[in-house]
Amino acid sequence: MISDSNVIGLLYLATIVCFVLALRFLSSPRHARRGNWVGGAGMLIAIVTTLLLDGMGNWTLIVPAGVVGSVVGVVGARKVKMTAMPQMVALFNGVGGGAAALIALAEFHRIAPEPGRVGGTEAVSIVLSALIGSISFAGSLVAFAKLQELIHGRPIVFSGQHVVNAAILAAAAALGIAAIAGAQGQWVVVALILLALLFGVLFVLPIGGADMPVVISLLNAFTGLAASATGFVLSNTVLIVAGMLVGASGTLLTLLMGKAMNRSVANVLFGAFGQVQAGTGTARTDDGRTVRATTPEDVAVQLSFARKVIIVPGYGLAVAQAQHDVRQLAELLEQKGVEVAYAIHPVAGRMPGHMNVLLAEANVPYDQLKEMEEINPEFPQTDVALVIGANDVVNPAARSDPGSPIYGMPILDVDKARSVVVMKRSMAPGFAGIDNELFLEPQTTMLFGNAKDSVVKLIAAVKAT
Amino acid sequence: MRDAADGAGTGMTHVALVVELTILALAIFLGFEVISKVPTMLHTPLMSGTNFIHGIVIVGALLVLGTADDTLLEVVGFVALLLATANVVGGWFVTDRMLEMFKRRPEPRKDEAPKQ
Repeated sequence: MISDSNVIGLLYLATIVCFVLALRFLSSPRHARRGNWVGGAGMLIAIVTTLLLDGMGNWTLIVPAGVVGSVVGVVGARKVKMTAMPQMVALFNGVGGGAAALIALAEFHRIAPEPGRVGGTEAVSIVLSALIGSISFAGSLVAFAKLQELIHGRPIVFSGQHVVNAAILAAAAALGIAAIAGAQGQWVVVALILLALLFGVLFVLPIGGADMPVVISLLNAFTGLAASATGFVLSNTVLIVAGMLVGASGTLLTLLMGKAMNRSVANVLFGAFGQVQAGTGTARTDDGRTVRATTPEDVAVQLSFARKVIIVPGYGLAVAQAQHDVRQLAELLEQKGVEVAYAIHPVAGRMPGHMNVLLAEANVPYDQLKEMEEINPEFPQTDVALVIGANDVVNPAARSDPGSPIYGMPILDVDKARSVVVMKRSMAPGFAGIDNELFLEPQTTMLFGNAKDSVVKLIAAVKAT
Repeated sequence: MRDAADGAGTGMTHVALVVELTILALAIFLGFEVISKVPTMLHTPLMSGTNFIHGIVIVGALLVLGTADDTLLEVVGFVALLLATANVVGGWFVTDRMLEMFKRRPEPRKDEAPKQ
């Protein structure tokens, strides 16, 4: 049993160092996996240290909770499909936030057996931990339900929503202040948690499915902050630091996602995007230009005789489960001496970096996956840009048309390639509901059909060429 | 650490709080510094990896359950530990599964029979 507080502090410090190293190793895909192992070692040190503390008991409860939780965690992590990763991350955000809120409740109960005994610092930390943790828990579960399509992904809005939400949050804050000021009874904290849960639900409901990357990043930050607040409750530095590292990460990713969509985070959270902008598309197709459809055979010839091909995958590719076929097509072209790269837009997929994971799963080597800033200068030297299931992220209106809702959003400069082939199911617009000038450009041809079918046909045609 | 904060007088508690706030401020800067070096390619593993890291609330859950002396604390602590363990274990395994998939181009090109 450890009772020397210096030893305990040093062991927790070792955990902190491991966590920072784990994040540091993530700066390159080469060492990233090793980093995760270092992080795991850190977590193990923290858990074992805590279990060995003086006065720990209740083993008959600790062991079953640990075993059941571990089984659930392992089974979930093994079974989840890579396309479902956003839901998984949302769920883990939720359980982490929920745990933080429960710890806050327990601590309030423990140190406030009689009125007025909770110190100021503890009270503030308990309130913050309960509030943020509960919002994160409820919000994450709604995000999970939307992504898993248990409930409709469309924004759910009613009139006066903002007022209702603000009122609920204000009521929760008032209870929090009451608790800090020394209000007696645990019902204050329980009511605070209930209101925060309600707020979490109402807060995420109006946000459309396509904006989920921002929401998940934000909830990630929330859970980190809740964990950090729990650290203040328990006077535990490892919780303070680890929680804050997550808070910083979630905040950065939230801002990055907002930037990649060219929308302020406030607009995403309170704007009910799909609602406002559906059908704002201004048809500019009456200037005589029309789209040109092509055949797999023609595209196969174009690709086979190209020197450089850039593949632009969008979420449509993942929906059609065509990643493996695309990789096969790319390998086939490489055997013919064609240079192939993949251009990945930051918001391709349903969460930050999602498309990279989906392609890595299909055994695409990561040195072929290029970020937007890296690949954009290469488009003018590209013979064929093959756009598969992407739309808004290649829409030149983002650069040229100040009236467009996506004006200013950074895009992949596909239109600068010598020729462009767009694989698409139909002429339906992207989620933002706007027309895409790219389809009308003289160098663009369209290959209509389900992405998977089209790619399979392309493979056959390339083999025959 | 807990003992030091609890056992000392109010003066000591203030010192402890200031130290904790200092640590928090440094952690914010460190976090932004380290995270901004993670490439876009790895942002999904970063999210699940930070998922795993906030599973550190397991320490809090263990403290609550391990020292619980009434039924409410036992129930709340049990649920908290259940959630936190699922968070830690699931977060770690799923991150490992993802990072395992990121591979470089193999040096000698192998002619694999196309399946699927």
